[in-house]
Amino acid sequence: MALLEIRDLHLGMRSFEGEAHVLNGIHLTVERGEIWGIVGETGCGKSLTGLSISRLVSTPPGRYITGSISLEGRNLLTASEPEMQSLRGRRIGMIFQDPTTNLNPAFRVGEQIVDVALHAGGLDPSILGVGAKASRSERKKAARNLAIDMLAKVGIPKAGERIDDYPHQFSGGMRQRVLIAMALIGRPDLLIADEPTTALDVSVQAQILRLLYDLVQEHQLGVLLITHNLGVVAQICTHVAVMYAGNIIESGSVREVFKNPNHPYTTGLLASVPTAKMKRGELQGLPGSVPNLLAPPPGCRFAPRCAAVQPRCTAAIPPSVAVAAHHEVACVLAEPHASAAA
Amino acid sequence: MILRIENVTKDFKVSHGPLARATHFTALKDVSLSVGKGESFGLVGESGSGKTTLTRLILQLDRVSSGRILFDGTDLASLSARDLRHLRSRIQIVFQDPYASLNPRMTVHDIISEPMEIHQDTLGLNARQRTDRVVELLELVGLGGQHLFRFPHEFSGGQRQRIGIARALAVRPEFLILDEPTSALDVSVQAQVLNLLHELQAKLGLTYFFISHDLGVIRYVCDRVALIYRGEIVEQGETERIFEAPESDYARLLLSAMPEPDPDRSPFRPPAASAG
Amino acid sequence: MTTLAEKVPASATSSRWENARRGFYRFRNSWLSIAGLLIVLVLFIIAVIGPSIVPYPEHVAGSVSTATRFQPPSALHWFGTNELGQDVFSLVVAGSQISLLAGLAVVAVGALVGTLVGAVAGYFGGWTDEVLMRLADLKLTVPSLILAMAVAAALGPGILNMVIAISISWWPGYARLVRGEVIAKKEEMFVQAARALGAGTGRILRRHILPNILTPVIIKMSLDMGFAILTVASLGFIGIGVKPPTPEWGSLLSIARTYMPDYWWTAVFPGSAIFLAVFGFNLLGDGLRDVFDPKARR
Ligand SMILES: Nc1ncnc2c1ncn2[C@@H]1O[C@H](COP(=O)(O)OP(=O)(O)OP(=O)(O)O)[C@@H](O)[C@H]1O
Ligand SMILES: Nc1ncnc2c1ncn2[C@@H]1O[C@H](COP(=O)(O)OP(=O)(O)OP(=O)(O)O)[C@@H](O)[C@H]1O
Ligand SMILES: [Mg+2]
Ligand SMILES: [Mg+2]
Repeated sequence: MALLEIRDLHLGMRSFEGEAHVLNGIHLTVERGEIWGIVGETGCGKSLTGLSISRLVSTPPGRYITGSISLEGRNLLTASEPEMQSLRGRRIGMIFQDPTTNLNPAFRVGEQIVDVALHAGGLDPSILGVGAKASRSERKKAARNLAIDMLAKVGIPKAGERIDDYPHQFSGGMRQRVLIAMALIGRPDLLIADEPTTALDVSVQAQILRLLYDLVQEHQLGVLLITHNLGVVAQICTHVAVMYAGNIIESGSVREVFKNPNHPYTTGLLASVPTAKMKRGELQGLPGSVPNLLAPPPGCRFAPRCAAVQPRCTAAIPPSVAVAAHHEVACVLAEPHASAAA
Repeated sequence: MILRIENVTKDFKVSHGPLARATHFTALKDVSLSVGKGESFGLVGESGSGKTTLTRLILQLDRVSSGRILFDGTDLASLSARDLRHLRSRIQIVFQDPYASLNPRMTVHDIISEPMEIHQDTLGLNARQRTDRVVELLELVGLGGQHLFRFPHEFSGGQRQRIGIARALAVRPEFLILDEPTSALDVSVQAQVLNLLHELQAKLGLTYFFISHDLGVIRYVCDRVALIYRGEIVEQGETERIFEAPESDYARLLLSAMPEPDPDRSPFRPPAASAG
Repeated sequence: MTTLAEKVPASATSSRWENARRGFYRFRNSWLSIAGLLIVLVLFIIAVIGPSIVPYPEHVAGSVSTATRFQPPSALHWFGTNELGQDVFSLVVAGSQISLLAGLAVVAVGALVGTLVGAVAGYFGGWTDEVLMRLADLKLTVPSLILAMAVAAALGPGILNMVIAISISWWPGYARLVRGEVIAKKEEMFVQAARALGAGTGRILRRHILPNILTPVIIKMSLDMGFAILTVASLGFIGIGVKPPTPEWGSLLSIARTYMPDYWWTAVFPGSAIFLAVFGFNLLGDGLRDVFDPKARR
């Protein structure tokens, strides 16, 4: 059974102008040990996909129209709120973009991690490694030790001393490490990281990516890495899903998708990144901008910006076809692969 | 050389609460560099390394602690208020954050025509001519005149950055400071903006002072580069030379950390590993 | 936010209109704000046309009819009559004019003076800031009602004097608010951008800073309206505001209190009017906060 399986997920968002169909049939399967990169332009629904998995989209304005999200067979969209709360602390870990706004500046770093550890320990006593009947102070002590271990593990030097610092005494990269430590404390099976390195310098980013990669190797987590940095995806992801206006238009193993992009959008996105060999003015880019989701273009939502557009593109949203093993494309031009079709 | 920065140091007084004694923080230390007319000069450095501080000094929004900044041969510190205002029409800046750098209560027309109003005496345009020029500028940056009376929040990030560029070009500057003009944008939109900047440079003969922490962008845009680390220039030279044969450890570190969008060149995967 | 490339406004006015409609959409989402708006609208309509449609205009002008003293509410006298036999309904309706006008004047003067002082203090900082804000602090140390009482007593009774008296205790609140906002806005990128363009102090304050801090000021004005009306009424109540026979809610209440609880209607109706006005303006103020919240730009 797949760790995470999203089937035909449709999400509506209500606003002044009306309801926008912001997720328009998402299909995604994540297995343990896989790092999935979710890429796409701003507003294409990356964060909402991640938030949907931990059911953190507020409804209203959100509304789940159809679809299912299952974590090892359990449908999360129909789970009760207390059930979701226990999943969030334990099986699903989340890291958000901005490390400064997700740590409370008024509390010591340690206290904030200990809180998370106690919550996780309440759900699964084995995490703290103390008996179920342990006293409050014993559990607190165990939680503190666990917090120090986790900080050391995410690469904070002298974790035992730094644990009593306040967040402002940490650098941006260290704060992001703290958030990763918090997300990992419940020993999650699935980690959702929404732009974990966007606010960081490249050298710090490289360290965080290394950390994430090693953690996946060690614990066989499934990871959803939301980013718009194609370089990051190429480096650490095993798989990638390219989103456009609420659809996954191309997905598969990173090497397949990056080396052999089939969808004109993926091609355009990859051609937008300047590379070493390019001369000035040679950058291709993508013309136009993302569509208005309140009145999306008919059929393929990318058609109005597509250089290879054809009359049949506007008829219906093209279905996903397998163009190779581990490589699916939703484009009318995609040629189904003979052996993968089975 | 249109811009010469000579041994510039900038100290900030930092106070740690009302009782503690104020200490000094050196944001820039003995920075020297020069930018030639018509070239694209890149400044690369990590967050907090002093890049924005240097632009504020060039724009005379802050005073240097020591050293000199010469623009077209004149020391900026020696200028009278009147000459400084005139100079400001020759140096313009495009800011990093296209969301915060446009006044939310002004229409696009008012935003772009404001610099022409301020520099009325040098440009001598009346209201009608200003509006014509705003339309002209909007077309130059690829937006079209129909957007004249909309407010900034009605635009996407890339469109806002174009408005920011149009505003900077309104007074026909020679020297454009671009402080991370694309770091808040999608790669697709970044490509559009970089291409636009390239076109404009060819068309208008502009000099660019381009700040970024994206080495890929710097390599694509700049003729020469300076690397800044904690307020000090650690290396500068021709772009290709620095990328091909970096001399400083810092340059090597940055280059190795730069994530390239090529799965085969990932430090995490042995090159021989098979797909899937 | 997605771009709406198709809908293109032809002028600044239509663009503003579109924004206003978005604002009203957020306002409409809370029925309490709507209730506030309705209360305030009705009060203003009453204040404008009320005095000319009251059933007993002669009572408003001061005439008494001792034959009909202390009549309880009835079809003839909806709110009953007072100790002089005057129709309480007519007095309350006519009183709305003075109360609202005085409240509005107090808030307007306070906001104007406070904004000027706060903007100058916040923008220039240094000793200008120091001097102006100490002055404001001084005002804040004395309870505003006491200060207003002292000033009103010194200037003598009358509407204008009363407005001056209350405004003097009213501006420091605005000055502090505006100063804080100006200091925050001064560091905003678009203000820096204007400075880089070579814009002078006047232009930066006028075009970039003040338009962007108007919102909290307007919200505070709306929230303050209720308290200003209350203060006007309080001065009326203790007898140093508007002098009878000019009807004013506070003085009506003040006179009526001696006849409580037997002739409750003489006090309850002016009191309810004050309550309604305070309540309405507060709800409106909360609603406006939603309208102007830039984070809610959807
Ligand atoms: N609370 C909300 N109310 C209404 N619309 C919303 C809300 N949150 C998101 N949206 C809309 O849903 C769409 C998808 O948003 P989402 O945050 O998932 O984008 P994203 O891909 O994460 O973009 P980014 O790269 O900018 O983070 C956008 O068009 C956005 O405007
Ligand atoms: N007015 C000031 N007072 C005190 N310190 C300041 C002031 N302005 C800047 N600094 C400090 O100077 C250093 C350099 O800041 P600067 O904004 O120039 O960095 P930067 O290179 O532009 O960084 P980023 O990439 O994050 O924009 C920082 O450590 C900053 O905290
Ligand atoms: Mg997002
Ligand atoms: Mg900066």
